[in-house]
Amino acid sequence: MSEPTYDLVVIGAGPGGYVAAIRAAQLGMKVACVDKRAASGGTCLNVGCIPSKALLHSSERYAEAKERLFEHGIRFSELELDLGAMMQRKEKVVSDLTRGVDFLLKKNKVDRLVGMASITAPGTVAVSMHDGTTNSLTSRNILIATGSDHTALAGVEIDEKRIVSSTGALSLERVPEKLIVIGAGVIGLELGSVWSRLGAEVTVVEYLDHILPGMDAEISRHALRIFKRQGLVFRLSQNVTSAIAGGRGVRLNVEPAAGGPGDELAADVVLVSIGRRPCCDGLGLDALGVTRDERGFIEVDARFETRVPGIYAIGDCIPGPMLAHKAEDDGSICAEILAGQTGQIDYDRVPGVVYTWPEIASVGKTEEALKEQGVSYRVGKFPFSANSRGRATGDTDGFVKILADAATDRVLGVHILGPLAGDLISEAVIAMEFGASAEDIARCCHAHPSMGEAMREAALAVSERAIHI
Amino acid sequence: MAIDIVVPALGESITEGTIAAWLKNPGDAVGVDEPLVELETDKATVEICAPKAGVLSEIRAAAGQDVEVGAVIGRIDDVAGGAVTRSAEKTAAADAPAASVSDTTPPTVPGPTRSVGSGEAEPPAPSTDEVEIPRALDPAKVARSGPGGKVTLEDLLAFVGLAPTDASRSGPAARKLLADHGIDPGEIPATGRDGRLTQADVRDFLAGPASDSTGVAVSKNSVPAADGSRERRVRMTRMRRTIAARLKEAQNTAAILTTFNEVDMGAIRELRSRHRDAFERKHGVKLGFTSFFVKACVAALKEIPAVNAEIDGNEILYKDYYDIGVAVSTPNGLVVPVIRDCDAKTPAAIERSLLELAARARDGSLSAEEMLGGTFSITNGGVFGSLLSTPILNPPQSAILGLHKIEDRPIARDGAVVIRPMMYLALSYDHRIVDGREAVTFLVKVKEGLEDPEQLPMNLEAS
Repeated sequence: MSEPTYDLVVIGAGPGGYVAAIRAAQLGMKVACVDKRAASGGTCLNVGCIPSKALLHSSERYAEAKERLFEHGIRFSELELDLGAMMQRKEKVVSDLTRGVDFLLKKNKVDRLVGMASITAPGTVAVSMHDGTTNSLTSRNILIATGSDHTALAGVEIDEKRIVSSTGALSLERVPEKLIVIGAGVIGLELGSVWSRLGAEVTVVEYLDHILPGMDAEISRHALRIFKRQGLVFRLSQNVTSAIAGGRGVRLNVEPAAGGPGDELAADVVLVSIGRRPCCDGLGLDALGVTRDERGFIEVDARFETRVPGIYAIGDCIPGPMLAHKAEDDGSICAEILAGQTGQIDYDRVPGVVYTWPEIASVGKTEEALKEQGVSYRVGKFPFSANSRGRATGDTDGFVKILADAATDRVLGVHILGPLAGDLISEAVIAMEFGASAEDIARCCHAHPSMGEAMREAALAVSERAIHI
Repeated sequence: MAIDIVVPALGESITEGTIAAWLKNPGDAVGVDEPLVELETDKATVEICAPKAGVLSEIRAAAGQDVEVGAVIGRIDDVAGGAVTRSAEKTAAADAPAASVSDTTPPTVPGPTRSVGSGEAEPPAPSTDEVEIPRALDPAKVARSGPGGKVTLEDLLAFVGLAPTDASRSGPAARKLLADHGIDPGEIPATGRDGRLTQADVRDFLAGPASDSTGVAVSKNSVPAADGSRERRVRMTRMRRTIAARLKEAQNTAAILTTFNEVDMGAIRELRSRHRDAFERKHGVKLGFTSFFVKACVAALKEIPAVNAEIDGNEILYKDYYDIGVAVSTPNGLVVPVIRDCDAKTPAAIERSLLELAARARDGSLSAEEMLGGTFSITNGGVFGSLLSTPILNPPQSAILGLHKIEDRPIARDGAVVIRPMMYLALSYDHRIVDGREAVTFLVKVKEGLEDPEQLPMNLEAS
């Protein structure tokens, strides 16, 4: 048996896969990275996080110009939306970044192959190239980083024109008059916000009686109020039974989740965003003996190894938060483990961010989870309306909420609804990684005037000694 | 600055001893580690050594007097009142009693990282090697939360007013460094707030005695190498030290002998390949060789009970249960998790237990209980290619079976030379309670069970 060509073949060039490939190469391994897309970066870069954040920012600028710049004494006579230019900008952001990933892979001497991969045996990956040929790679280890795909909804067939997934919703050719979003999760609220700001009448239909499932309930309630004020319409506790795309638009049948007479809604475009599911079909996992749980996630041990020695999996296709940065951390830790190091990741310390405006970010336990676990805790809250930077910029919606252990003061969870919450949350993650107490945060100097001061004040509020409220 | 001479913890279940003789007189100069006094206990006579250099200034317990663990029996004063380096002191603390009694720590060890003052504004000195030992501390008051009333590092840190090391608060970089080197964080005093280890604390610890700011256990003969680059000094992990102590204990205690045999693995191979797929489909675990070996051993243990027994004082303890330890190699060393009640377990249950225990052994999450109480052990050097070896007992067990690699070898069968998949078996046993006849018979039974696996209670057809 000859030596395998590679030390590691990574299947998937998304944030999990390309990071694992680069980290493994840094550690001296010979690495190949296979992805069916020619453009690297996976869902995140191509049809996920990055294009949506580009559109979120563009649409926020438009909404600001339309509704808020006058508060700053800025007036102009005509405001015009050029959706084509906005989309072109988004495309350029994406293509610059995907090229950047290719550059990084090349810099680290990772071989990048474009094609569909399948694992024909432990140690062998067959890549069906787009030119019809098959390339067989041998490798000491194989890493599955194939990510996830949108979850389908029974009775609602996605055509990516009128009934779209997030992918289609990122590339609509014109602003729909009426957009219905099915699912009030992160993707639905972000893309609903984009098209609402650009002029669509947006209705969000959600099966549960609250938005952002899993989020701290207080944050979720406040966010709902703010989104309603921004013009989004919510139909909570509603079950979508069917959607029919016709010549004029889409007719959507909904009925109360609790049962009762249904209702028909009409829209130009319907976005289905009810969640994502692991995507590892076609890899040949069953034949290999790589096991999956009942929801389709690949089962791995603490070292990310599947039931088949030498085959590993990370990111959205294994259990845990389905987030790009979680996949990145999985990836680099897995590469380090393959290099003989140790590593572990605590998914409780993976932050989650919703890039609406205001943003929503959280890490650690929610208040509900602490109650359920019977942990006694204290809450410290501080509103951005009392934060001088927030007042100066006019971003006064929301608050920082810190949950700390009642006995030890150790920070157990941090939830932020407010400006730049997605950046502010990093401080909370570091604090929790060091097992910090709320007082630790309060005793660290925070620059003035900054949004970060709200974090400090919330930490002070845990022991009821906030200064500025 | 003076230091008390204290009766160290003397091991499990020993709470007191008798002063046999003082080896030094008051006023004598004593060097660090120099024996001061002989102490008789139930189990041994031990020497208590000087924890630091100085002058023996006071003897508080005369020869013949009974003294309890923790009692102050004398005092050593400085010669010229100079500062004492902590590493020297801790050396004495860690090494001196260990020379005679295993695992003892006298309670007068000073706080490792900060000076302990009277509460006045005294600047903390986290990196200095010199520590003031306050006279006011009464070593008899150190908590003894360790097993057998021993003083733990946590007890000492609490005693001198420092928070115990808390790895969970120590930040990801320090935690990874700890895990990479398999270090027990409890061994390193933390310089960070609230018991946090900094990455530098761990690095210093790893760097060894030369820059050892913790002062724990500096080798007595730590002479700097002429060419330092050609040797490395890496501190033994607690696990490695435990392994070392237990192996030596086994050799010192038991009368270990090894008997050999060989087994034709053909029948098992055939049986296994016949049932492998159905077994895995049904039970979700692979049918490995281990369940065959375990079942063959249980059958043989039932016939030869002495192999499953242990010596307890003047009695032999026979066990009518079969908890089999299976050695698992981990990055930090060999551990032997125990599969309970192997006679009652199905092969699938045995394979599942092994899979689970081995996985947890490798990620270091096995509990002590899971490695205790085995009645017999199996170790497989074959996975590393060993052809023949003499395993060492896992005390207090009386026997261990060594498996080796399966190798195609020519052997004589019915007058002809045939090539068969052969494996050598080795049974090491404690000759104090297992007779040669019993050991040899046991091993022959195991061999027969493996060569005719249909007779083992495997129930593969039913499964």
